[in-house]
Amino acid sequence: MTNLKPVDVAIVGGGWTGLAFAKELVTRTSLNVLALERGAPRDLASYAMDMDELDYNIRLRMMQNIAEETVTHRHSPRDPAVPVRQYGSFHPGTGVGGAGEHWTGMCFRFLPSVFNLRTHLTEKHGAARLPADLAVRDWGVTYDQLEPHYWYAEQMMGVSGKAGNLRGKLIDGGNIFESPRMHEYPTPPLKHSYASHLFEEATRKLGYHPYPTPAANLSQNYTNPDGVTRAACAYCGYCSRFGCMVGAKSQPTNTLLPVLRKHKSFQLRTGSWVRRIVHENGRATGVQFTDAAGEEFFQPAETVILASFTLNNNRLLYLSKIGTPYDPATGKGSLGRNLTHQVEGGIRIFFDKPLNAFMGAGSLGRRISDFDGDNGLTGDDGLLRYGMLSLNGNGDLPIGAFGALPPGASKSNWGAEWKAASLQWRDRVAQLNMYGEHMAYRQNYIDLDPTYTDKFGDPLLRFTLDWTEHEHKQRDFAYNLATKIAPVMGAKIDPTRPSKAKYNVINYQSTHIQGGVTMGPSPDVSVVNPYLQHWDVSNLWVIGASSFPQTASGNPTLTVLAATYWAADAMINKYLKNPGKLA
Amino acid sequence: MKRREFLTIPAGALGGTLLYTLAREPFRVEAQNVTQDGNLKVPLRFFTAAEARVIASACERIFPSDSTGPGAKEAGVVIYIDRQLAGPYGADKYRYTKGPWVESFPEHGYQAKENPRETYHQGIAQLGQNFDELPADQQIQKLQSMEKTHFFQLLRAHTIEGMFSDPMHGGNAGLIGWQLIGYPGPRMSYRDDVDQHFGAEWRPKPASLEQIMRRPGKPWEDEKA
Repeated sequence: MTNLKPVDVAIVGGGWTGLAFAKELVTRTSLNVLALERGAPRDLASYAMDMDELDYNIRLRMMQNIAEETVTHRHSPRDPAVPVRQYGSFHPGTGVGGAGEHWTGMCFRFLPSVFNLRTHLTEKHGAARLPADLAVRDWGVTYDQLEPHYWYAEQMMGVSGKAGNLRGKLIDGGNIFESPRMHEYPTPPLKHSYASHLFEEATRKLGYHPYPTPAANLSQNYTNPDGVTRAACAYCGYCSRFGCMVGAKSQPTNTLLPVLRKHKSFQLRTGSWVRRIVHENGRATGVQFTDAAGEEFFQPAETVILASFTLNNNRLLYLSKIGTPYDPATGKGSLGRNLTHQVEGGIRIFFDKPLNAFMGAGSLGRRISDFDGDNGLTGDDGLLRYGMLSLNGNGDLPIGAFGALPPGASKSNWGAEWKAASLQWRDRVAQLNMYGEHMAYRQNYIDLDPTYTDKFGDPLLRFTLDWTEHEHKQRDFAYNLATKIAPVMGAKIDPTRPSKAKYNVINYQSTHIQGGVTMGPSPDVSVVNPYLQHWDVSNLWVIGASSFPQTASGNPTLTVLAATYWAADAMINKYLKNPGKLA
Repeated sequence: MKRREFLTIPAGALGGTLLYTLAREPFRVEAQNVTQDGNLKVPLRFFTAAEARVIASACERIFPSDSTGPGAKEAGVVIYIDRQLAGPYGADKYRYTKGPWVESFPEHGYQAKENPRETYHQGIAQLGQNFDELPADQQIQKLQSMEKTHFFQLLRAHTIEGMFSDPMHGGNAGLIGWQLIGYPGPRMSYRDDVDQHFGAEWRPKPASLEQIMRRPGKPWEDEKA
């Protein structure tokens, strides 16, 4: 083990959170900052040559190599856990920029009630009417506290959209159910597709309030407050699971790295796999990592920021024996609690006209939030929270979109009849997508697997996770809503109702795995305090969606960034002046 | 060292022929590697020539060439599959392959030890070495009896991939798959068209990544397995 020269701050992870935190530190303080990224450096020029569906959308070339590390899954403690051997219901990224390179770019602010959900539900329904296994909690931070940081993140990326609630004033055409915003979006909404126009007209006709999905795919050329200029989206259709070939999709490499590169106090070390946070007497002393050649290093640091994906944030704390593991039998302990995975699902609708759906952008589309949070829900049927319904146009690619058929269009899924039907229905199929809040439950949690190991021989994480009746009700609600909308769009809905299937690790759901290192106002049930500082180790900060006690309906990245800036402010303005516990 | 094997097919079956787009416009495909006797000799990376003929016949039953348009034979799907199996994917370089191997619930997906190369060898054995000489109805019956196997599910998925992936991967010869479905390829911009052509078919002429970028791509299967 080689001992390296000490740094002021060591950051684990070179994705959105690690680089956003680093940028605040090096531009606002004199600290020297080292970010350690396990993956490879990125060459932005390579993205144009990556417009290949097979390697990137199907073989998932940008994701972590699952051969080296994965997670195991079981539905309940009664079942054996088995490894997720191939992706998968979620797609962890790797390399500089992390999942922020291959993401889709949807940028939602969460509703105020998401941040104090336990209090909100108890006030609305009374504690006695809430399910006994419900583990949702208040975050310890409010929407109003995060609002300026949301705006800071939106400006950094140049988010395209239209405000629906500007300082309390409701604006037609925006999302009138959104949390109040102090500013209009930095750039106007993206153009949108035929199917998306049909959705917008239909939902308006039905009395709902469609609005443009807020997008980190730029609708026009944009220069952010850091002076970084990027080009407008070209609607090429190669977005989710690809890096952007023109830099229109906000990625850490095209927004944050250009600023960080100018600072000598910042270093980024790739191919560096952090395997332990080293600590003694309640203080982190640095991190231990293995480089691509297999050599081991100790990097001493005054402060450690754990800013990797939800999975690795949990795993490094477990492997480093920091914090008290959660025990679902007793309800005691905090590490690994409140594992959630945003509830997503697609409902197919069929048209008799071509859609030209090969054109698109990650976040192109329209959606309705008329039933977001618990707007319009009584809770009498057991449905406490729902979410959004949308029509996305992220660009149909030829392999993935081929063979989408209405039930009964072909007896077989191969051969002459199937081929003819697939050609007939080609480019005539769209999806209505639901985005639901995933409540946290006592029985869904993360710990270490006793059997399976990574390439170094360290234990894998183990997920204990299954859907409950509430998620089935959410999917039913979405389906019923879709049955009203599809005919007004001139489409036929897939008559197959959502099944009450168990959680599966095969079908892509979203990469929005959240929780395990949750934030909260008290150390008995949360791992980090409301400033994302570890309760037990005050010079360790853990940043990312791992800190969310439950998921919102919207995709988490914008809130992850807002929380990163909130935590960075607390560190810079309070902690560095007087190092110690902030709560 | 394994003797180098070639798949020999009549040039007329793969490229070099007049094809039609969905909009019924003729589109000429260039054939490469055509020998003097009018045959196409394609070097194989994984299959033997006999194995390639079996797989080519099975793919043709999954995605047949018929009155609705060309199929797996014309697209060169077997060449695509051969390259995938020879590359890192075929050797499971990007799958978690540590034991113990256990039977599990369907929700956990494929949990067996066999990699795609091994699965294909098992599948070919099950199809029989003379599968390509069987009449079409017997080939279909045989495949129907194997529909539930992991091999068949891979073969079906790979056939669609070989029809519609960029030609740098070995299939979709002459962009025949993209012409069949009217997919234009990885175009740089639709900024002026994304909100136009509502309700009407708009089908720009297909182009491959190499044609658009004017330099060859780097398919993953060329990485050392």
